[in-house]
This record gives sequence, C-alpha cells and structure tokens, in this order.
Amino acid sequence: MNKVRLVAWREYLVRVRKKTFIIATLLTPIGIGLMAFMAGYFASKGGASSKNIVFVDESKIFEASNPESKTHTYHFTDKDINEIKENYQEKYDLLVHIPPFEDMSLKKHQVRYFSKEKLSVVTISNLESSIGKSYKNHKIEQSSIDLDLYDSFNTKIEFEDGVLLEKIAAGEEDAAKSGKLSLIIGTVLGGLMGFLMYMVIFIYGGMVMRSIMEEKINRIVEVMISSIKPFQLMLGKILGVGAVGLTQLTIWIILVPLILIVVQLFIGGNAEQSAELVELAQNMNTGKASLDGFNVSQIITEFNSLNWGLIIPVFVVFFFGGYFIYSSMFAAIGSAIGDDMGEGQQLMIPIVIPVVIAFIMLQGVLQNPNGNMAIFGSMFPLFSPIIMPARLAFDPPIWQVILSIVILIASCVFFVWLAGKIYRVGILMYGKKVSFKELGKWLFYKA
Amino acid sequence: MNVLSIEHVTKQYGDYKAVNDVSFNVPKGSIFGLLGPNGAGKTSLIRIITRITGADSGQILLDGVPLGDTRIRDVGYMPEERGLYKKMKVGEQLMYLAQLRELDKREARKVIDHWLEKFEIGSWWGKKIEELSKGMQQKIQFIATVMHKPSLIILDEPFTGLDPLNTNLIKDEIFKMNDEGTSIIFSTHRMEQVEEICKDIVLINAGQKMLEGKVNEVKDQFKKNQFYIEYSGLTSIQSSPIFDVVSDDNNKALIKLKSSANTNDALANLIQQGSQILKFEERLPKLNEIFISLIENKPS
Repeated sequence: MNKVRLVAWREYLVRVRKKTFIIATLLTPIGIGLMAFMAGYFASKGGASSKNIVFVDESKIFEASNPESKTHTYHFTDKDINEIKENYQEKYDLLVHIPPFEDMSLKKHQVRYFSKEKLSVVTISNLESSIGKSYKNHKIEQSSIDLDLYDSFNTKIEFEDGVLLEKIAAGEEDAAKSGKLSLIIGTVLGGLMGFLMYMVIFIYGGMVMRSIMEEKINRIVEVMISSIKPFQLMLGKILGVGAVGLTQLTIWIILVPLILIVVQLFIGGNAEQSAELVELAQNMNTGKASLDGFNVSQIITEFNSLNWGLIIPVFVVFFFGGYFIYSSMFAAIGSAIGDDMGEGQQLMIPIVIPVVIAFIMLQGVLQNPNGNMAIFGSMFPLFSPIIMPARLAFDPPIWQVILSIVILIASCVFFVWLAGKIYRVGILMYGKKVSFKELGKWLFYKA
Repeated sequence: MNVLSIEHVTKQYGDYKAVNDVSFNVPKGSIFGLLGPNGAGKTSLIRIITRITGADSGQILLDGVPLGDTRIRDVGYMPEERGLYKKMKVGEQLMYLAQLRELDKREARKVIDHWLEKFEIGSWWGKKIEELSKGMQQKIQFIATVMHKPSLIILDEPFTGLDPLNTNLIKDEIFKMNDEGTSIIFSTHRMEQVEEICKDIVLINAGQKMLEGKVNEVKDQFKKNQFYIEYSGLTSIQSSPIFDVVSDDNNKALIKLKSSANTNDALANLIQQGSQILKFEERLPKLNEIFISLIENKPS
C-alpha cells in the first residue's frame, strides 16, 4: 500500500508542478470570465444598444398608447414621411413609419423602418410586439369590450406538487419550496453536474492513458515493475491523477464564481441590456420555463433549501466512481496501445460509446427525472456516473441512490481488476497490433 | 550454496513456449553468464526471476526460499531496454526508485549521494534525465539498479552504448560488488565479455537449456585436442600417426592429436622431426565457437 501511495504521490507532484497544469488551472476560469465579459460587453454595446427612435405614426394608435421603452428613446413626429426620410439621421438612429390603419378587422399591418444599420432581431421583435400590443388594446377599446373583462379571458394555469403542499400544510418547513422553481434549478444543476462528469471522464481518463503510454514508450515500465506489482503501479497512477483532477476542480469551483462576480461588477451596464431581453420575454408571453418572475432572493432561498448535505457527498462518490471505472478502461487501453496513438483509436470506441449514450440520455432524464430511463440510467454503472448526479436535485428515492452507489462501487472494483489483468500483459507487449480478441486473451494469462 | 535455483521453469505465451523446462543453479557470489542468441528466452526467464511475470510451472528459489513479494530488495535488475522518466531530475528519480525498493528517505539520500560522488557526477542531482547523453543515462540506470544493495544483481547487456572508459568503470564496480559477496547474473550475447567476466555460464536456445557449467569446464568439454606450436630449426612440420597438422605458417603451427595419443608422444615426435619447440600450448575453444556450434547443430 505504501508503494501505491508513493506512485500516486509522484504522479500527483509531477502533474501539479507542470507549467501547463498551472496555466490551464488558472487560465480556464479567467477564460470563462473573459467569455462572460465579452458576451456581456457585446450584448450591451453591440446589438441591443439604446437607440433614438422616431415614429411617423399616421393613425396615431401607437402614439396614443404612450409607449415607453426601458432601452430606447421614442419620439413622435407629424412631419411627412418623405420629408423626414431624407434627414432623420441627423437626430435619430431609426425611423419607423406606421402607415394609416383603417380597417379594424385586418389582422396584419405592415410597418417600415429606415436605418443605416440592420436592426437586431431582438429590437425588431420588441417593436413589433409593443406596437402590436397597442393595436390590440386599441381594437378592444373600439369594440367596446371592457379591457379588464378581456384580460380576464386569459387564465394562467399553475401546476403545484400536491404532496409538497400537504407537507407544507403539515408544517414541514423543509418542504416549503415552490415546486416549479426547484425543478428549474434542478434541471440546470443536473445538466451541469452531468456535463462536469462527462468532462472529468475524458480529461482525467485521458491523462491516465497518456501517463501509462509514456511509461511504456520510455521503457521504464520494466524497471518499475521489477520493484512494484503492475496492479499497484496502475492503481497508484489512477489515484494520483484522480487527486490532480480533484485539485483542479476544487480550484475551479472556487475561482469561477469569484471571477464571474468580478466580471459582473465590471460590466454594470449589464442590467440595462438584459432588461430588453426580459421585456421581450414578457411581451412574447411564451410561458416557457424560465427564471422570470422569480426574484433573486427566492432563487437563493430555493438554492439553499436543496438537500446539499446529500448532493455534495453523493456527487463526490459518483465523481470517483465514474472516474475509476472509466480511467481503468483508459489504463487498459493505454497499456495496449504503446507507441502508436492512431492504432489505438478503435480501442477507444468502447469508452466513447457509453459516455456519449449517457450524455444523450441526460437530456431525456432531465425532462423526466424519475422515469424508467432515468432509473435504468442511474443503475447501469457505465451510465450512472453521469445520470445519477443529474437526478440528485430532483429528490430521487433514497433506495435508488443507495442501490446505484452499491452497484457503482462493485463495478469499480470489477473494472479496476479487469484493467489490471490487461495492463500487466499490455505494458510488456511491444510491436504487436492489438485487437479486442487479443485483449480478451490477456485476461486469462497467468500472472 | 546457490543464490538462485531455477527448477523446471516453463513459460508459455499462447502456443509459443518462451521458456521450456529450464533448470540451473547460480552459485552464491559468482558472476554468472546467462547466454543465448536473440529470442532464446533470456529476457522471459529474467522477467520470471524478477517477478515481472510468473512462470506457468516450476519454481525459483532465492537463497533457498521460494520467490515471494517480500524480497524485492534482494534483486536488482537492469533491463536491456533501458528507460527513465525523461522529465524527472536525476536526484528525484533515484530517490523515487530507491523508495520503491523499500529504502527510507534518509537512507536513500545517503546511498545516492555516495554513488553520484563515486562516479564524479555529484552535480547532476538537479539535471533532468533528458538533458543527459545516452551513456550518462546509463550510469544513472546502473546506480538505480544497485543502490539498494541487492544480494543478486541481474544485468541485461549492461555495456551496450558505453564508451570503453565507462565500460571499465562499470566493470570495476561489478567486480567490486562481487568481491563484497554480491552475486551477479550477466545476460549477453557478447562472448568475449563473458569470457572476461564470468566464472559460470548457462546457455539457452529456443527456450531450452543447452549447456551449463564453469567456463573452463565447458571449454574442456568442447576442446578438440588441438595445440599451438611455435618452433624453429625446420621450415615445416609433417603430419604423423600421432597428430595431423591443421595449419603451419611461419613457424607457427596448429596440430590436432589423434584420439589415442597424448601430448608427450606428440612432443617426442616433433623433436624427432628435428624441430626446436619454443611454445607448446593447448588451444581451448572460444565460447563463441561453442555457442555457434551448439546452436547450429541443434536446430530449434
């Protein structure tokens, strides 16, 4: 066991001290921050910048509604369109011509705009919907239907969790969460955790594979395994690289939010432009699941009320479980490939396929987090490291979590054992093209 | 007393028998030559001795005790295909390997310093392996093999890639360690080195043992009753019922005694022919010849 620790420690130190590791660990959060900054910057300064808009509204329907925009400044003029067309650019960015609208039964009205630049889709949709709204109100007024009465025709349906409500009624405060919001947070969090696992498997699994190939190519492996059992060497490598992964993720989990907060502070104008998007969303009245209509404190409360005491430890268990299963597969492949990376591509297939399937399943699982596919996905050990963490925010039945972990741990042991059998043959095998049949034979070689 | 006993060891890869029922003993304190052509099964056998792989059948005794995982310190192995971590520093690399051979940190540091001083490369501690030349790397590899003072050292072609100066340096260290009681197995196909260094040999070919014994006994066994002669007083020597002349040039001849004859008869005959004998010496076969004749006569 001592030797495993020695190997793991070396693997860890060698990687953590590398310049590329330090750069990647620090640059990734900075890169994410930079991307957030750019996105924010372009969104605020670019497409959705505040415009001076002048309207020639011939039927005055829009003007009469006293429209206001959080983003743009509206002006109205009685001048002739042909006249102002020539010189609107002196004072305004955009000229909108609303021709007369006489026949109230028409369902379509064409509005022209004049602008030096093309308008963004967001701006156009916003104008369309706010003009449309004023026309709708105007038509309602004209038809002598009471506006309040008309509004009362719209009924918003809200689904609520009956079980949850009963719990709240029974005074269980923990359960006091608004069902829909927790679903949204669960979906986002689940997707994020699933994606994180997907990254972990490829980044750190690949690292284990390269580390093993390096030893084989450098021919140091024979010196090593005359002092240590191949299995110990492999295990040490997997543990060492796993620790590297944990270090890197921990740094990222701390740094990324910090940097995002800093970015938020830098582009304070952010709020203004996002207002336009919010405006649009409200105008379009899509009713899609979004965080609108929930205020920040509600979100924070909801976030805090998630069962973090369960989510975090279970996520860590699945992080290691998934990492062990896949990195041991990478280890076996790495030992078999040796010096020709190209030759190894086909051997990677059995690793890539389950990960990709799990990742595709993830979408469906998030839509129906307690369905049959979700339950299957969280039991099957090649999928569960990606599927189960994604379900955690949806309060899956505890027996499923436990069973999933038991299967996961048993599979870890099995896969590491299996990989060890292939590894100890593979690392000493040179100049042989390896097929799956060959790998299968190695399983039965005597140690 | 044997440091190592190989007893009926067999190792099979698929249908291919890499080692086929091989048995021999390595006497304690000897420098033992493990010989054989390429692909004879030397490396397979060494890998079994160093516990890199296991034998399918047979057993190996180290100091009379079956090989186990607890004896890693007792064997030092320098493989033919050498390798070190290229990006690691010399000192760290040796420390790492020493600790894997169960030396504690202080002990490891002491022996490594000692060896680096001995080879006058004390300043290399902080150099990366990839900065060193091949020959220099080989010195580090040698230190890595012997630093934990194993009682048995296995060297697979230890001199390839070394200049004569460094070859002698390493050779001297090998002799020195041998004087201090370390047993050494020396695997090679360079016969002149074997004759110079080894006292005992085993020859394997196609996975099977062909020959075993002390170098001089093996030579005795394969000698062809040939003698070198240097003489004067005659221009040439004639064959006689006692011996045949194999070659005779410039007053130096090689004769082969007939099976019933002895050396005194031959000398008497030579003197009778009128020659003045200056030198009369038995010609022992070179290991190389034995090696080639054995392998060619017994196709695998």
